Amino acid sequence: MTDSLLQDAPASATLPEWFRSTKTAAASAFETLPMPTRRDEFWRFCNIKAFDPQDFTPARPVAREISAELVAASNGLKTSLGSFVFANDQLVARRAAPELAKAGVVWLPLSEALVSHSDLVARYFMQTDSVLGSAKFQALHGASVKEGSFLYVPKGVRLSAPLEAFHWLAGSGQAVFPHTIIVAEEDSSVTLVDWFKSAGEARNMACGVNDLHVGSGAEVRYVSVQEWCRQTVSLHTNATTVAKRGSSIHLGLHLGGAFSRSESLSRLTGAAARCDMLAATVADSAQEFDQRTLQDHRSPETYSDLLYKNTLYDQAKTTVSGLIRVEPHAHKSDAFQKVRNLILSPDAEANSLPGLEILADDVRCSHGATTGEIDAEELFYMQSRGIPARDAYRLITYGFLNEVLERFPCDTVRETLQETLRARLRSH
Amino acid sequence: MSLVIHNLHARVVGGQEILRGLNLEIEKGRIHAIMGPNGSGKSTLSKIIAGHPDYEVTSGEVLLDGTSILPLSPDARARAGLFLAFQYPVEIPGVSNANFIRAARQARLAEGEELDAVDYYGELYKEMDTLEIPRTFTARSVNEGFSGGEKKRNEVLQMAMLKPSYAILDETDSGLDIDALKIVAAGVNAQRGANVGMLVITHYQRLLDYITPDVVHVLVGGRIVRTAGPELAHELESKGYDWIREDLAESASA
Repeated sequence: MTDSLLQDAPASATLPEWFRSTKTAAASAFETLPMPTRRDEFWRFCNIKAFDPQDFTPARPVAREISAELVAASNGLKTSLGSFVFANDQLVARRAAPELAKAGVVWLPLSEALVSHSDLVARYFMQTDSVLGSAKFQALHGASVKEGSFLYVPKGVRLSAPLEAFHWLAGSGQAVFPHTIIVAEEDSSVTLVDWFKSAGEARNMACGVNDLHVGSGAEVRYVSVQEWCRQTVSLHTNATTVAKRGSSIHLGLHLGGAFSRSESLSRLTGAAARCDMLAATVADSAQEFDQRTLQDHRSPETYSDLLYKNTLYDQAKTTVSGLIRVEPHAHKSDAFQKVRNLILSPDAEANSLPGLEILADDVRCSHGATTGEIDAEELFYMQSRGIPARDAYRLITYGFLNEVLERFPCDTVRETLQETLRARLRSH
Repeated sequence: MSLVIHNLHARVVGGQEILRGLNLEIEKGRIHAIMGPNGSGKSTLSKIIAGHPDYEVTSGEVLLDGTSILPLSPDARARAGLFLAFQYPVEIPGVSNANFIRAARQARLAEGEELDAVDYYGELYKEMDTLEIPRTFTARSVNEGFSGGEKKRNEVLQMAMLKPSYAILDETDSGLDIDALKIVAAGVNAQRGANVGMLVITHYQRLLDYITPDVVHVLVGGRIVRTAGPELAHELESKGYDWIREDLAESASA
């Protein structure tokens, strides 16, 4: 079978052998695995038929003038210790504060890390299998990935400011495979923001993978801001593994794309590990957002808390399927899950599919999904202050989603995200 | 210059009539108080004037400085100069108090005009100090987790920031202890002046010890049945509302 999507230039001979063989294995897995259908448990309610990965070819590098424009347009955080700008899976700009190297932090584009830190990358590269339905797309990613961010924070290093990476997608019919690895060793602390953006309006595909490894007592705060253009198909899988007393916060701000699927797995492998899974989604026109999560409690006294909020306009559709699993020995664990949908149009559709699999006896666990409209008394209160109904709607909607952003503890990041959210809601 | 309520009849949409020919004129620079027993229509009156969608006016007029506000949406009424301090202020999760008040101020500017942030915060902090509201309340979500007293102070803060020509204070004393009541009353009194007419709605005379009205009205059965000076509030306090009801019944049968 010819597979245009996989007809990529052969992996450079300078790349390590393990990486090349991983890619080859992934390519054959991609070809073998069946395309998911809506009949699959993890694809219920999903318009998976709406796209065919074979419609896309690996993204070609962008012209120099365009990459210069994209670098100029990469305005994210007000302060950061370092940044990468990728355009069509190619590094076009980089910055790293001297304190990173001084502290032994590795902040490299994946293509370089594979050469200079081959063993280290091998230990963490795609070590978690997809368990939420996207095995085929994860294989596609593994076969096609060539660039991304590799961030390694040594034991005890607590970074004073966040890092960020921009992943631009340009052209038409192109596919990118953004990759992010964060390794936070014992008692370290780090914040990273990934921005996913399009250079123009065109039908493209993004198939990304993140792997976050949170060591004992370490803190990882990771944000992904999805601002693809309205024709992009996006599939993203995230796996977070948290060791003893470690904590992770994963926040997704989902704003763009035509069809956007994100899977998030949090594995709490060490005792007293904690993860917060947060997402705020603005869905309008015919946008579809499909989110699948698993809070996997594998050790005692672990804690997970999920809050996903969706606002839906027009004919938009969202699906959140959240599973909580507590292993038999994971006693005294707490697992919470809350999904809230705010419906602003009679034609919008919000699906919530909560699931529990509690195998331990002594656990605290709650889950709930609600779907509602703007509260009439809130609207009247705002109007009674002179705020026109349309502005009041926008402000209440902003507040609804901002409650998710408020949970993110880093001020500079939160303020930038709030600004991004306000800009997204401006047209409503 | 006044807020005139003329022969106002209103009901719950498709339901029971609540105001039955209410007449009232609140002149700029004066404070009127409305007292009345539970269920007399006091709180509903404030919502009807502000344009709450649960109620409909069946006849009569509400004129703000000579112009009818009844065709206007609630937000247009507010921008025309009306303010309602709620008995139960609404919580708005995720929207900070500062941004909320700012949006209300911004709504009063011409298209394309931007609020000066430095001036705005300067003014906001000054008014908050008057009302003894801690600065941390600018970043907190509107009324969320506020105590009863904090909510009422926040209403008076909004009134100070929006500078209405006519303000209706609906049961501003309810749920307040005496210390909170004094702070809220001081905030209201600080805004008292020639540029604003106020209507203070209350069940108890207590509030009127701190905000002295020029005129006191009694509302029973959707109509004003008595109008007099501040002494009327004291009379009601000592005799109760039954006295008015009995009086009304007598004059009706006479």
